[in-house]
Amino acid sequence: MSVLEPFQYAFMRSAALAGLVVGVTCALVGTYVVLRRMAFISDALAHTVLPGLVIAYLNRWSMTLGALVAGVITALGIGWLSRRRELREDTAIGIMFTAMFALGILLMSGVRTYRDLAHMLFGNILGVTQAQLLLFSAVAVGVIVALMALHKELELTSFDPLHAQVIGINADRLRYVLLVLVALAVVGAVQLVGVVLTSALLIVPPATAALLAKRLPLVMLLAVLIAVSSTWVGLLLSYYYDVASGAAIVLVCIVCFGVAWGWRQIRRAV
Amino acid sequence: MHARYAGAAHLALSGVSLRVRWGTCFALVGPNGAGKSTLLKVIAGLLPVQAGDLRVLGHEVGACRAAIAYLPQRSEIDWSFPISVRRLVLSGRYPHLGWLRLPSREDWRVVDAALDQVGLRDLAERQIGELSGGQQQRVLLARALAQDATLLLLDEPLNAVDVTTQRIISEVLHALVQRGKTVIVATHDLDRVQREFDDALFLSEGRVVAVGVHSVRERTLQWMHAANAFDVSHERA
Repeated sequence: MSVLEPFQYAFMRSAALAGLVVGVTCALVGTYVVLRRMAFISDALAHTVLPGLVIAYLNRWSMTLGALVAGVITALGIGWLSRRRELREDTAIGIMFTAMFALGILLMSGVRTYRDLAHMLFGNILGVTQAQLLLFSAVAVGVIVALMALHKELELTSFDPLHAQVIGINADRLRYVLLVLVALAVVGAVQLVGVVLTSALLIVPPATAALLAKRLPLVMLLAVLIAVSSTWVGLLLSYYYDVASGAAIVLVCIVCFGVAWGWRQIRRAV
Repeated sequence: MHARYAGAAHLALSGVSLRVRWGTCFALVGPNGAGKSTLLKVIAGLLPVQAGDLRVLGHEVGACRAAIAYLPQRSEIDWSFPISVRRLVLSGRYPHLGWLRLPSREDWRVVDAALDQVGLRDLAERQIGELSGGQQQRVLLARALAQDATLLLLDEPLNAVDVTTQRIISEVLHALVQRGKTVIVATHDLDRVQREFDDALFLSEGRVVAVGVHSVRERTLQWMHAANAFDVSHERA
């Protein structure tokens, strides 16, 4: 009997695959989210998909598509409200977040069954279907290709938007692009693994990696490794100890962060 | 011309008019908040001109972006970002690279030559936050060199930096002007304005108060005198 025995079950294999795709995507997008101090946005996006879900549900459209559209609208709204820094980005996020969530609740109060929506909103890594996995993988590939293609522009606008602007790179437009990429990643991931796990995978592995590495590509690589290995270790723990899988994964991530944080404190003291 | 920050009620610059000749070193002098940074940002195309006409290098603002290098005050950059000194200087090559293109061997050679010129070749692989303030200022200058800009705009490059950095920046700027580049510097350093600059402008509350190195010097001395007198009486009170 090996440690990997649980993966003979199809639902565990699907969960491991979901962990891989979601982990890679969230860690890459999350690196920018953390370095650009937009951590609040993942939480907001995870909630603002509600009106999209409800509208799609009422019209019998694809709920995943409804969520994606709502997420993108939120991202564009945040970008538009905070353009030219007339409104701070965190304020813009707070406004879009509450507006969209309230709209969702309002629409939902007319719907009888809450259960289907709750499932869409909170997700479950052990209940991932093949179709969901395929759809998210397509979204993930698109997001990752965009991140790679715009790497030097996104990097530059993250630490020195003024230079970018002076040499003709529109920092505002790139921010829109990044917000949309974050929205696609978050909304897709939420469908697969739920709100809390998505937020955790988006923030904690990149934050951990940023403590350890001093080059952007290295931060991204480390974040991906931490995110993916955390999901797998978490899944095994939940199997063997019969505990909630999402919570186990989040806590493994947090342990990684704790170790990195401790290591840095020791190194600083020596 | 006039300029205003988004959402601000007051004009940051009003009725400012200046003419900078090609291949000269031009100083912007004035108290904090006088509009020196604003003027540099307007020239760099970072702030719109509200009214009036501004031509930079003979074109409308924003028409010749690769030719303009802007060195912001150090606080405008996120120095904790995980990036090396060499990679930051490489961003000076981006206007020549364009989208979706990777830097060539030639680009890296230009970057290393620029780092040599400011004496930072040995620190090329450091994370940018590990440098001293003076070294950070030199990194920004190296980037402007790598960009091979025709017009350099520097916001307080000599403020609170070490002597070595001051010397290197002065030397590099001098060499640039010799090669026909135009340099505009916001500064407080009056002695240096007298010694090293061809022309100057004194700004106060967004207006031009004096033009030319000599009258700017006189105007600055007056202003410093008034400021000192105020400080003394303030201390006594």
